[in-house]
Amino acid sequence: MAILSKDEAQALLKKVLSYSTADECAVGLDGRTTGNIRYARNSVSTAGASDTVSLSVESRFGKRSGIATCNEFDEATLRRCVQRAEEIARLAPESPEYMPLLGPQTYLNPPSAAATLLTPATRAQAAADSIGLCAAKNLTAAGFLDGGARFSALRNSKGLESYQQSTSTDFSVTVRTADGRGSGYAISDATDPSKLNFKSLTQRAADKAASSVMAKAIEPGKYTVILEPAALMAGDDLSLLGGLVYNMGAREADEGRSFLTKKGGGNRKGEKLFDERVNIYSDPLNADVPGNAFDGEGLPTKRMSWVEKGVVKNMFYSRFWAQKNNVAPTAFPSSFIMTGGTQSTAELIKSTAKGILVTRLWYIREVDPQTLLYTGLTRDGTFYIENGAIKFPIKNMRFNESPIIMLNNVEAIGRPQRLANCLVPPLKIRDFTFTSLSDAV
Amino acid sequence: MFLPGFPSLASNPVDAARLLEPGLDVLQKKRFADAALNTAKGAGASYADVRIGRYLNQSIFTREKQVQNIANGESFGAGVRVIANGSWGFASTNDVSDKGLAKAAQLAVAMAKANAKTQKEPVKLAAQRGYGDVSWKTPIKTNAFEVPVAQKVELLLAANAKATENGANFVNSSLFQINEQKYFASTDGSYIDQDVHRIWPTFSVTAIDRASGKFKTRDALSAPMGLGYEYLSPQAVDKVAGPAGTGLIGYRNSYDILEDAALAARQAKAKLTAQSVAPGKYDLVLEPNHLGLTIHESIGHALELDRVLGYESNFAGTSFATLEWKAKNIPYGSKQVNIVADKLQPGSLGAVGYDDEGVKCKEWTLIDQGKLVNYEKIRDQAHIVGQTESDGCCYADSWSSVQFQRMPNVSLRPGTAKLSADQLISQVDKGIYIAGRGSYSIDQQRYNFQFGGQVFYAIEKGKITGMLDDVAYQANTQEFWNSCAAVCDASEYRLFGTFNDGKGQPSQSSAVSHGSATTRFNGVNVINTARKLG
Repeated sequence: MAILSKDEAQALLKKVLSYSTADECAVGLDGRTTGNIRYARNSVSTAGASDTVSLSVESRFGKRSGIATCNEFDEATLRRCVQRAEEIARLAPESPEYMPLLGPQTYLNPPSAAATLLTPATRAQAAADSIGLCAAKNLTAAGFLDGGARFSALRNSKGLESYQQSTSTDFSVTVRTADGRGSGYAISDATDPSKLNFKSLTQRAADKAASSVMAKAIEPGKYTVILEPAALMAGDDLSLLGGLVYNMGAREADEGRSFLTKKGGGNRKGEKLFDERVNIYSDPLNADVPGNAFDGEGLPTKRMSWVEKGVVKNMFYSRFWAQKNNVAPTAFPSSFIMTGGTQSTAELIKSTAKGILVTRLWYIREVDPQTLLYTGLTRDGTFYIENGAIKFPIKNMRFNESPIIMLNNVEAIGRPQRLANCLVPPLKIRDFTFTSLSDAV
Repeated sequence: MFLPGFPSLASNPVDAARLLEPGLDVLQKKRFADAALNTAKGAGASYADVRIGRYLNQSIFTREKQVQNIANGESFGAGVRVIANGSWGFASTNDVSDKGLAKAAQLAVAMAKANAKTQKEPVKLAAQRGYGDVSWKTPIKTNAFEVPVAQKVELLLAANAKATENGANFVNSSLFQINEQKYFASTDGSYIDQDVHRIWPTFSVTAIDRASGKFKTRDALSAPMGLGYEYLSPQAVDKVAGPAGTGLIGYRNSYDILEDAALAARQAKAKLTAQSVAPGKYDLVLEPNHLGLTIHESIGHALELDRVLGYESNFAGTSFATLEWKAKNIPYGSKQVNIVADKLQPGSLGAVGYDDEGVKCKEWTLIDQGKLVNYEKIRDQAHIVGQTESDGCCYADSWSSVQFQRMPNVSLRPGTAKLSADQLISQVDKGIYIAGRGSYSIDQQRYNFQFGGQVFYAIEKGKITGMLDDVAYQANTQEFWNSCAAVCDASEYRLFGTFNDGKGQPSQSSAVSHGSATTRFNGVNVINTARKLG
């Protein structure tokens, strides 16, 4: 029963709400049908499938709240789930940050989900194709293909109703040379898996692997870099752009513990912090990266500008913090878009006198929340550029850099591509700070 | 990879009383397990195992004077793993019944047969005797799930009050408790019932200078442990005084959260005006709550045999410590470096009786006087390094996840000569003492790393002279461990741990401890992490 229709989901939620004796009650359903295949050393290592639906019940008595969930849907279980949420609510302390449940909302209608998804057989074929391409060239492939459909539905005692379906498929592949001296990477994701070309992505990783052997060491220091999208955003770990946008909370800034804290108090909304070519926004209706129509409380998402011409345009306000500050709350978006130009990564390379091409950054962690300084390393394809062409592969290096400084040192912004359900352009950045060499391949 | 933030507790919130309800009895689990094993064999499996698991957790989050969230979670179901046609197959179900388990077993066999088409070599399992009906339980004194929520909330709020009384502007505290009730059965003839407990109290305090807009944090110096609620009843015998001039206390098998919160607030305030470090080479003196993460990243992960062989190359990475590298006998570290792996140490996060493929746990040496002598491995890897038995390192973070090779406890043995931290520091001319885990990052083959900490103190001519800030050190794994000059004695030994070690695709989380005594490393490169923004 993983993917319920809107009518099926709302009928089930209406039934659960009818069991409530609380002052307020909010119920939600989340379901997903996903499958994956993983391979390494040119052989499939694991494959799995998952089919789940879970119900969440939040009951409230005054300012006390309790949550329970279940994943069985017979009447006795549903009633017990509501009773448990009410028991927890009665035991919980009053919340000084209590906000009443939202009433009916109007939602945008993001682009519909893909009609056809991958099957175990098509996933196995994709893995076999990727492996076959590499094995034929004496290269070694390791990859992961994961995807499926999901739905989300909310309903509450104040009359709120919401429902949305979505699909996504993610593919990544690392190709290494037989001698272990070269490594290349490619990653992509799509709403519709037919948009993913597994062979061409594998070919890209294979080309990078083959051309990254015999890497030379260069002195760490400040360099002009071209950061490909996979060096700027990641779906499975911290990233330079993700780290920036996810730290734009108003409360942390107002409390004095954020890079957006203003000296003397308050936050830096309205200040120009980045190069004027930097624009970051979210738009649930974008056809390339459709977003969630609502957040977990049922608050509608809408097109929001976060950075416009380098100026901090908006920050994230929870409903509690928004009310305290007399501003509108912001539903947290599921995807971001950084605008760019029309140049491809290849064209950015052509216009570079001296610089470094970075395929991927790895193990990025925050060093200082005050300045948003991050450290991490290049990986799986790092090349020296001279006179508009790649001259030779270079050894990987560790960087210590803040995305705030990085987005002030913009030389050029390329054409955005989808990555981790965001649109991210390749960036040419001057004076990017590398602090040491790594022998890792 | 050591993931940032709090543990992923991917299970269902339930009320606290529910967590104490008895689960299925052992005989019933055995019947269900046999249903899966018999079905798998009938469908063509040459080997099968089944794990029936009830995973419980409770998390409490507070800030200053208020509770932010109390979440009780439960997840119950079963996973069946088989070898058919020489390949692995796995399927899981939350329908824990004869029928549900049999269906999962059939799916697992079908998956294995499909995977066999691209398998280059058949899976070879190290032989494993069946243990019959056996059980194991974490030797806890007080089940944290039996302690009233109100008592736990009161303790966290008292810690918050200590922090604010001592100058913190903000404090977030939390308490995580885990109970894994796992039943394992295999076609080798093992029926293993285990009850595993873990606990982690922690906090972060923030001190702010509004005029300058500057802020500093100091996190708890607790360790997540394989203990019950007794960890939060501080005992004098478990406290290890830090070096003179630091005021620090190290904690062994019990933790004084009130004492640490008060000190953390004072130290966070002191960091606001601490001297910014001059970059350069220093002798580092690293205390166990800091050194544990360096051991985790630069030794624990580097010696996971699946990484060494390339199974993690698309995500977590590989390792410099390949079989070829080991054969060259290049020193991993100095003679002082003796690294032991174990799944036994009482109070540790990794301690269990048997791993998730039915192997009885043990202790073994990884690095002997600086020389790499062994890896961390499971049943299907032992033959690759010419060995005949698993090390018992197999783990799955849920009944719905397939078990695979994970890191055991990996610890640095204390020195045999008597040596306290103060004595060690007295021998250092120009150095930095670092306590607590801070920022951390290492490359995908475990060569180049960078670590920060929670508090830093300058050492000049054998004495702690004052607090430093903006400190991080960068090193190469082999150079770093070869610069290990002295390890304090067992009186300084204690555990560091993590609830949240991530690996695999889809990513799974595991918990592991790392023991060490305060240790000296000579001539390590220290950078200054301060930056000026416009």
